[in-house]
Amino acid sequence: MIRLFYAGWLFHLKNLTNSTFFLLIAVLQPVIFASIAFFMFKSGSRGGTLLYAALGAGLMGSWSSTLFGSGGAIQWQRWQGTLEILIAAPAPFLIVLVPLTLATSSIGLYSICATLLWGRLFFGVPLHFVHPFQLAVALPTTVVSLGLMGLLLASTFVLYRHASAFSNLLEYPVWLVTGLLVPLSLLPGWVSWIAWTLAPSWGIRAIRDGAFGGSSAWPEVGMCAALGVAYLVLGSLFLHNFERLARQRATLALT
Amino acid sequence: MTAAVRVFFVGGAISYRALFNWIRPGIYVTTMLGSPLFQILFFTYLGRYTHSENESFFVVGNAVQVSSMSAIYGMTMGIANERQFGTLQPLLATPANRLAVFSGRALPFVANGLFVSAFGFAVGRVFLHFHPAGRTLPMLALVVLVTTWSCTAFGLLIGSIGLHARDVFFAANLVYFLMLLVCGVNVANGDLPGWLATIGRGLPLTHGIEAARRIAAGAALGDVSRMVVVEALIGLAYGVAAYGLFRLFEAEGRRRASLETF
Repeated sequence: MIRLFYAGWLFHLKNLTNSTFFLLIAVLQPVIFASIAFFMFKSGSRGGTLLYAALGAGLMGSWSSTLFGSGGAIQWQRWQGTLEILIAAPAPFLIVLVPLTLATSSIGLYSICATLLWGRLFFGVPLHFVHPFQLAVALPTTVVSLGLMGLLLASTFVLYRHASAFSNLLEYPVWLVTGLLVPLSLLPGWVSWIAWTLAPSWGIRAIRDGAFGGSSAWPEVGMCAALGVAYLVLGSLFLHNFERLARQRATLALT
Repeated sequence: MTAAVRVFFVGGAISYRALFNWIRPGIYVTTMLGSPLFQILFFTYLGRYTHSENESFFVVGNAVQVSSMSAIYGMTMGIANERQFGTLQPLLATPANRLAVFSGRALPFVANGLFVSAFGFAVGRVFLHFHPAGRTLPMLALVVLVTTWSCTAFGLLIGSIGLHARDVFFAANLVYFLMLLVCGVNVANGDLPGWLATIGRGLPLTHGIEAARRIAAGAALGDVSRMVVVEALIGLAYGVAAYGLFRLFEAEGRRRASLETF
């Protein structure tokens, strides 16, 4: 099972890395948005917060790659004609799908590396982290919880025929309500309730705590992990339901 | 109605319905209206946080810029999808006037861009503190029309490249994101490094957005006429280049028998 999991993750990671679309949303788009944020922060005389912008823009890229990669994961398998083979395989479909959604969030690490490197080279962003160990734990926890959130997206978006359009819609709102660049205190109070249920909002807090200090990152890391488990449970339930209905109605291969 | 005029209007409408992937209501509402709505909110709130400019700066910049979604992506689909869908050869086998075939496709996307931009301004009016004087609205509409036309001409250029390139949507996406950075949408042109600002001044949107901002602030049309003319001329230049490329790739495709090869 572990071998299958690792092989699937590595295969999808390589596959996504070779895609120009994912290169665009995981590397180029975050760098462009980071540049916009850098110029806006500089123009507003908030130069000291450039690292804040770099980390936020990096996680924005991670969300985009998860959203576009995982949101349409099952549909893609359908279009490629591989869904029936995967469902028919002896391994549980969950173990086949989770490596894919984790791979989509893993390439989000490219985004964070790209925005930090871009910020350092072209904007002189100081890469000084107050709690490097906490940051080193917060980053993979955020990536894994994003990947499990991707599983939830994959298992629910499959019910919607135009999942790609739904992905287009959800990119900006999640950037906004998770406080990746804009503090939640500027948004209406009810937004905080939505943010509570979304792993990136805890992930970015944990990453910022690791980078800037001030408070411990562990509670946010714990929340991120707990949300990841909740996504996994919900995602596996939805996936089981999808598989059952698709078998019953013979709609597995219908696009 | 002459054949060329019919090809221009009827052919343009048919190609819009056939080639624009986002025409279905479910996709149109989420992509062409939902995404701009949240884009405007995102950048306006980011602007509030950074204190870089006032609220109206972001509302106008993004409301004009979202028209390029239809112009860039739509126009790319409107041209390049002929090749993707395998209809390019029958199209080019017809004796139809090429200029009418080519330019007729732009009209629906200009109208579409104008609508999306109007929606963007309405978002600013309803959700944000953007309250332009009523007398400025016709002038704003004119500036947005010219800017959308200019962006559509640029989209025609990318679409024409799609007759030859393998992955034109990569270029369309990249251009769309870069326009957010260099065209003064969220960062004033003066705050950009010189070379980036120069690139921005050579692209559609930049002068149109600047003109729209001044009109929203109370300027008369005469005060911004030069910017509007420059925006129109930039569009014309891209339109001519796009048509040139279209004919070049058509001739090249015939010569090499590679019209629909990837």
